[in-house]
Amino acid sequence: MDIQSFFQNVINAFQWGSFYALIALGYTLVYGVLLLINFAHGDIFMVGAYIGFFVATFLLGTYAIHLPFHMPHLVIFVATLVITMILTAGVGVTLERVAYRPLRRKGAGRLYIVITALMAGLILENGNLALLGASRKAFPELIHDTVYKVAGVTFTNNWILVVLATLAVFLFLETIVRKTKIGMAMRAISFDRMAVPLMGIPIDTVIVFTFILGSSMAALAGVLFASAYPVLEPYMGAMIGWKAFIAAVVGGIGEIRGAFVGGFLLGFIEIFVAAVFPSTFRDLISFGILLVFLSFKPTGIFGVARAQKI
Amino acid sequence: MPLLELKQINHFFGGLQAVHNFNLTIEPGELIGLIGPNGAGKTTIFNLVSGFYKPTQGDILFHEKSIIHLKPHQVTSLGLARTFQNIRMWNSMTVLENLCISQHYRMGYSFMDAIFSTKTYHEHEKAVVKRAMEILESLELSEAAGEYPKNLPYGLQRRVEIGRALTIKPSLLLLDEPAAGMNPSDIDRLIELIQWIREQFHLTIWLIEHQMKVVMSLCERLCVLDFGQIIAEGSPSDIKNNPRVIKAYLGDEEADDDAEN
Amino acid sequence: MRHYLSLIVYLAICLLIIVIFQQNWLNAYIQIVMMFIGINIMLSSSLNLINGYMGEFSCGHAGFMAVGAYTASLLNMGLFTTSSIFGRSLFIGPQYSVFLFPVTLIIAGFCAALVGLLVAVPSFRTRGDYLAIITLAVNYIVKSSIENIQEIGGARGFMGMRQVVNAMNNVINIPWLMIWILAFAGTSIIALKRFVGSTYGKGVIAIRDDEIAAEIMSVNTQRVKLIAFMLSSGIAGIAGGLFAHVIGYINPGTFTIMKSTEIMVMVYLGGMGSLSGSVLSAVLFTVMLEFLRPLQLFKWVLIPLLLIILMLFRPEGLMGNRELSDVFPGLRRFFPSKEY
Repeated sequence: MDIQSFFQNVINAFQWGSFYALIALGYTLVYGVLLLINFAHGDIFMVGAYIGFFVATFLLGTYAIHLPFHMPHLVIFVATLVITMILTAGVGVTLERVAYRPLRRKGAGRLYIVITALMAGLILENGNLALLGASRKAFPELIHDTVYKVAGVTFTNNWILVVLATLAVFLFLETIVRKTKIGMAMRAISFDRMAVPLMGIPIDTVIVFTFILGSSMAALAGVLFASAYPVLEPYMGAMIGWKAFIAAVVGGIGEIRGAFVGGFLLGFIEIFVAAVFPSTFRDLISFGILLVFLSFKPTGIFGVARAQKI
Repeated sequence: MPLLELKQINHFFGGLQAVHNFNLTIEPGELIGLIGPNGAGKTTIFNLVSGFYKPTQGDILFHEKSIIHLKPHQVTSLGLARTFQNIRMWNSMTVLENLCISQHYRMGYSFMDAIFSTKTYHEHEKAVVKRAMEILESLELSEAAGEYPKNLPYGLQRRVEIGRALTIKPSLLLLDEPAAGMNPSDIDRLIELIQWIREQFHLTIWLIEHQMKVVMSLCERLCVLDFGQIIAEGSPSDIKNNPRVIKAYLGDEEADDDAEN
Repeated sequence: MRHYLSLIVYLAICLLIIVIFQQNWLNAYIQIVMMFIGINIMLSSSLNLINGYMGEFSCGHAGFMAVGAYTASLLNMGLFTTSSIFGRSLFIGPQYSVFLFPVTLIIAGFCAALVGLLVAVPSFRTRGDYLAIITLAVNYIVKSSIENIQEIGGARGFMGMRQVVNAMNNVINIPWLMIWILAFAGTSIIALKRFVGSTYGKGVIAIRDDEIAAEIMSVNTQRVKLIAFMLSSGIAGIAGGLFAHVIGYINPGTFTIMKSTEIMVMVYLGGMGSLSGSVLSAVLFTVMLEFLRPLQLFKWVLIPLLLIILMLFRPEGLMGNRELSDVFPGLRRFFPSKEY
């Protein structure tokens, strides 16, 4: 691998890593608060991409109902992003309300909630497939691709957008969790879910807030992903969701910086594996890494083991 | 020949030193108590002895053999049984099944014997059930054999848990706060029980307890632990008047007052 | 005599089914559904050992099935047919297929059990949702590995297992596949029932109830876990081998998380820790799947939904952890329990 393609791979790895990191956040946030692995999260990402598709095509005037005014594409992109994030957050919260909260109220074991999460993911995937059909959707091009070439390494304006957005999200979430009152409540719930309501913290509000944060980040990732790779299909969230989950575990699930470091790490590993081996080995190696990490250091890079008490 | 020896045990949880230079020798037949304020590291020491934690430094000898590299089930199979602070029974199985499973290490047949339902399997299974029933009878629990542990009254649950430890045929029995959560009449019965099983099964017993009544009426020797360190050792009457012990339990001022009196 | 009553009843039923098959009194479609029922019984009861009795959450059972399916198919194709993969290098003639078919299935079970080690060893250190992920990762790893081996068809898979069945039929024309399904399903159920009924096997339940207490009360938890995982994945492997021969075509796409989910639904529908529940739910679920076939894609919305509703309103499943003989004490005379 010459130096030029090496840097090209680094560039690509940053983009993949950003997608993984953004989705991994959703896993980590929910796990940090509820100690629940929200297996449906990868499919929330898929739902986000689809919602983004419908919002964008609507704003572009593809459907029968037209808007009375015309918007420039950049405005449409920003509007799509915001509306999609709001709508997807709604989906995430609905999932919490309909599937997880009743179980939590009943005091069901974590196992039941995990199964429910897995099944909710399957419902989203297959429901989409059954309703919209197997044909793929092409995401409209809202930002015209500008290709920059520096010293033989190419990257697009989309790439800059993705990486910058990821960094911004990281700073934003770190601030929320560390500095704000609701962030402190989120951390408190993970320590002791029994004591927190007794301290007058509205536990359900905090949980809903967590799902809003996680789902809207998945929606952000969905729209950005769709602008970079404009082909949508119902199962797109399954594999990328799993990969993001691996990233969250590798970084240490429950830790926000863990999600970012894990996301970028996985991005780099995958891109460079694909550069050396046939690309079909990519999934094999990612899951191999997961297996090794879970067997030897289940707490990940930043996670701290919780002591067993007897 | 000492039964159990703990030599220069140090144990750390991350940066926290939970046990500090702990030395103790237990002779066969002793009934010894380990007391100390909450968080002093008493249960940690039991966890070290039963193999659940590995000591950061030091050695533990049982029958003059080092046991620190053994897994908990291996330590137990040498004849070192214990009970837990919060009763830990297998609640989806009956009392009898509980007392059978605890004989796992000398089951004497492999899973293939079970699957092919061989003669060895049936013989050993019979022996295991017989042993469990003997223990239950001697503890006057035979009527509870078919019950689920969690449906029994608390005092009986403790008794069953002690029975489960006895099925291991221990030479040393560790009791972690056996009187926790008991009412006075339960406690009297517990004291009788501990004395009785000690005679009956020729046991050496090491117990952690907060109930002074239990400690004072049972133990021949006491060990007082504070911040992971032994601060006093001796007969119950010595310990009662030891100013360092009083200080550890009640704080400085009272200790001063006591010393003046 | 009384001791063997349940066995005799089972053998009589088997004989009846074989005669029905032999005489073709049922159409081919119903015959295949009945074979699936037998295979699903094996799958659900073996998964119940892990997800029910041990209280772990394995959601990659299809991975072990895949290992078994591929091992058995490759062996049989190589030994008894002139296949495109092995040519004639391993060929020993179709006439031996009658004797060696069950042997290949058992080898397939062993291979699947070895892959089960991939889950068993991590289970020493992790449990709960983390172990669930490990099982899923193993499922993906198995699938992805097969996809990467072009010699056995890669992602396209391969076919030709019908020839093996034909080879057996050429020797003696009786419904071989159904016979072996009945034999292996019956053996699996008996093995599992005896295992979890023995004090040794109850170590598995002790791990579910309180793993720390089990380890400290002399249960060698690592060995018990090892045995349980290998037994479970081994039976799944045999079931996979049979499955491959029933449908006559396999590809990695058959053994995805969807297949694992189907098996999980059967376990939770029947009740965790109830073998008769697993058998019952395998029958119900397989029949239900056939009835849902016209729904096509919506089937896969309905099945997960069913499981969610089950988790909400009857998390203990149809049977809870009871057996049929607890619900209908009259059945006890078929299942004499040992009294010591």
